[in-house]
Amino acid sequence: MTTLQLILKRLGAAALTLLLVSMIVFTISSLLPGDAASETLGQSATPEAVAALRAQLGLNEPAPARYLHWLGSLFTGDPGRSMSSDLPVRTLIASRLPKSLFLAGLTALIATPIALALGVAAAMRKDSTLDRGLSLLTLSMVAAPEFLVATLGVLLFAVKLRWLPSITLIPEHPSALDLLRAYALPVATLAFGVIAQMARMTRAALIDQLQQPYAEMATLKGLSRPRVVLVHALPNAAGPVANAIALSLSYLLGGAIIVETIFNYPGIASLMVDAVTSRDMPLLQACAMIFCAAYLALVLIADVCAILSNPRLRQA
Amino acid sequence: MSSRPDLTRREALSGLSAAGALPVLPAALATAPRRGGRIRVASISSSSADTLDPAKGALSTDYVRHFMLYSGLTQFSDGLTPRLALAEAFETSDRVRWSIRLRKGVEFHDGSPLTAADVVYSLLRHKTPALGSKVKTIADQILEARVTGPQALEIRLSGPNADLPAILATSHFVIIKDGAHDFRTANGTGPYRLRAFNPGVRTIVSRNPNYWKPGRPYLDEIELIGIPDEVSRVNALLSGDVHLVNAINPRSTRRIAASHRHGIIETRSGLYTDMILRQDRAPTGDPNFVLAMKHLFDRELICKALYRGYATVANDQPIPPGHPYYFPGLPQRTHDPDRARFLLKKAGLLNLRLPVYASPAADGSVDMASILQEQAGQIGLRLAVNRVPSDGYWSNHWMKHPLTFGNTNPRPTADLLFSLFYKSDAAWNESGWKSDRFDQLLLAARGEADEARRKQMYAEMQILVHDKGGVVIPVFISSLDAFDRRLKGFRSIATGGLMGYAFAEYVWLEG
Repeated sequence: MTTLQLILKRLGAAALTLLLVSMIVFTISSLLPGDAASETLGQSATPEAVAALRAQLGLNEPAPARYLHWLGSLFTGDPGRSMSSDLPVRTLIASRLPKSLFLAGLTALIATPIALALGVAAAMRKDSTLDRGLSLLTLSMVAAPEFLVATLGVLLFAVKLRWLPSITLIPEHPSALDLLRAYALPVATLAFGVIAQMARMTRAALIDQLQQPYAEMATLKGLSRPRVVLVHALPNAAGPVANAIALSLSYLLGGAIIVETIFNYPGIASLMVDAVTSRDMPLLQACAMIFCAAYLALVLIADVCAILSNPRLRQA
Repeated sequence: MSSRPDLTRREALSGLSAAGALPVLPAALATAPRRGGRIRVASISSSSADTLDPAKGALSTDYVRHFMLYSGLTQFSDGLTPRLALAEAFETSDRVRWSIRLRKGVEFHDGSPLTAADVVYSLLRHKTPALGSKVKTIADQILEARVTGPQALEIRLSGPNADLPAILATSHFVIIKDGAHDFRTANGTGPYRLRAFNPGVRTIVSRNPNYWKPGRPYLDEIELIGIPDEVSRVNALLSGDVHLVNAINPRSTRRIAASHRHGIIETRSGLYTDMILRQDRAPTGDPNFVLAMKHLFDRELICKALYRGYATVANDQPIPPGHPYYFPGLPQRTHDPDRARFLLKKAGLLNLRLPVYASPAADGSVDMASILQEQAGQIGLRLAVNRVPSDGYWSNHWMKHPLTFGNTNPRPTADLLFSLFYKSDAAWNESGWKSDRFDQLLLAARGEADEARRKQMYAEMQILVHDKGGVVIPVFISSLDAFDRRLKGFRSIATGGLMGYAFAEYVWLEG
């Protein structure tokens, strides 16, 4: 099988997964108690008011019909109208998704090189003081919950020192300094956990490779440690490392809910939380699909990287 | 509101008989208002459900936004007495037919003049079921509204209601342009014009130079954002990122008080969290059980421990002290475990095990339930506290079990509060309490011309609810706002936090 066929196969599998996910998302979201009509009216929901609103929102149709209707419009690229705000879901997402992507991208841009450097350094000097120190550091970084890191950061840098804003406020025409100030704390908080994860996985993948006979052979031939690690082991570790990066990045997009809440960042994760509380199904489902698609895309890219970097996989 | 028949509504409305007015802060008087400046305000809620449609306003952020952009026929500018706003005269002889004359020369933001047709449209649209107006049930008492002149209209109600001016002062009834149905933008007569609106992100408004109140408002621009997380909201204030925040947790007051740059304003309100004892279920329908529970609540403790003093002890009836119809003669019910034990024993309900449903959806109810559980245990009543999530609480638990908690926002009038939550056939008669006498009084009070008699009727209704009603109202919860001290003119208006949601037209920025 050629590389292209292999990639196409993965693509097909991803599409199938996405379809299954759409079914699951639809089913689970309809299991939530109450619907958009009763949530919109809240405590003030009288039966007539709920009935009127339900009819208006098309919630009286049977679930399978609503699913097919939704799926059909999804294929044509129209995820429908938001029930709570009566704006097209596309408009709502278009205003939020770029912000989430920017936050995730910026964090990735900063976190990935640092994480790789730390992971490689630790693997190169396995069991040295540096390695132990880094291990301790990354372990505690992984263990520190995000809300704690974020809150301490805000208390110190925003409330006490007043260097940085406590919430993400981006003016309409931001300058570079505005952006730097606005993004400093959220990016630092997100990078904190992500760097630690990635560094640990890079180290593990590299050490795994270094224990292989070929690495031992290279060492016996008298190659220097950096050369063994960077030239021989690292390319072979690319697959697992790419996977680790992909997982961390997918987390950055969907898992940023806490950071978005604390910094009041208008991203897509908080939009989805809003959608859950207001039972805004079209919006909720669209957000869920975006997260799944992004996740699948990242894993797919990681797979392709692994395939391209490992000739053995191409024969499989 | 005073409403002697010999006094026209106009005089009554513009008179200075503000019964519920709270003292104006000295700070507000110290300096003359200064024009200009830009502030940022963070409110508790902001989501994709944010709206520019006054009929759909659901949360404080919406009310604030609507009062920035639109004006009502009347408004609450100090106490609980409505004053004339867009209406120049608001008159009635029988409280059924009301004739309204509009202020002249008022312009919408697009430059068009305010006419009676705009008002008729704004009021009657709430009755359309498909609109999903939050105040449809209230608007349904408006049988007819018709234009009687370019600046005059007449409203006919289904029955007498002396509180119409107060009802029309709420944010839902602000005036929009005739035929307006697209609320992607806003065209009102309010103190500010819409510059940008992004649901769940921000609202930016700028000063309306043609506002009908000369000289007002003072600020050039206001940015309204939502920070749902309370700790983040307080942090944003303390770090100087925002000038004003609402819905402060009493626990945060110490942090804010420690900063000399910031102040706290308490608005004593009619907001309460009540325990509901369903009268149609056993054993909560037993009058002895009800009275026992009322004596079991330690109101002082709830006030001090739960709300750090930012609450007022209540007396099992929903009219708060300071309200024009509050009846001060009602003796305060006290914490009396011995009496509670006696009553339970009398009813044969000691050693009973009962589930209580509490939820963060009803503010403070989880803590109240825990305190109650402890004290009930001491007299031999075992309460099992079921803490349920906010999500779906109102549709799945509230009023659905014998013992639940409810949470009631202040309503502009005593009539509204009683009609919505205590009338025998009300949809939200939380405890299912039935009293013919109460219902008679409620209807009679709406049409009562003599103010003293009306007051007496409301007093009797309060006594009835206090004595026989199926809800325990331990305290009235104050609403807390915190502000940057450079912001001047900020005070408390009893209809709600953030100066009854209408701070935008009163405040100015110093320096």
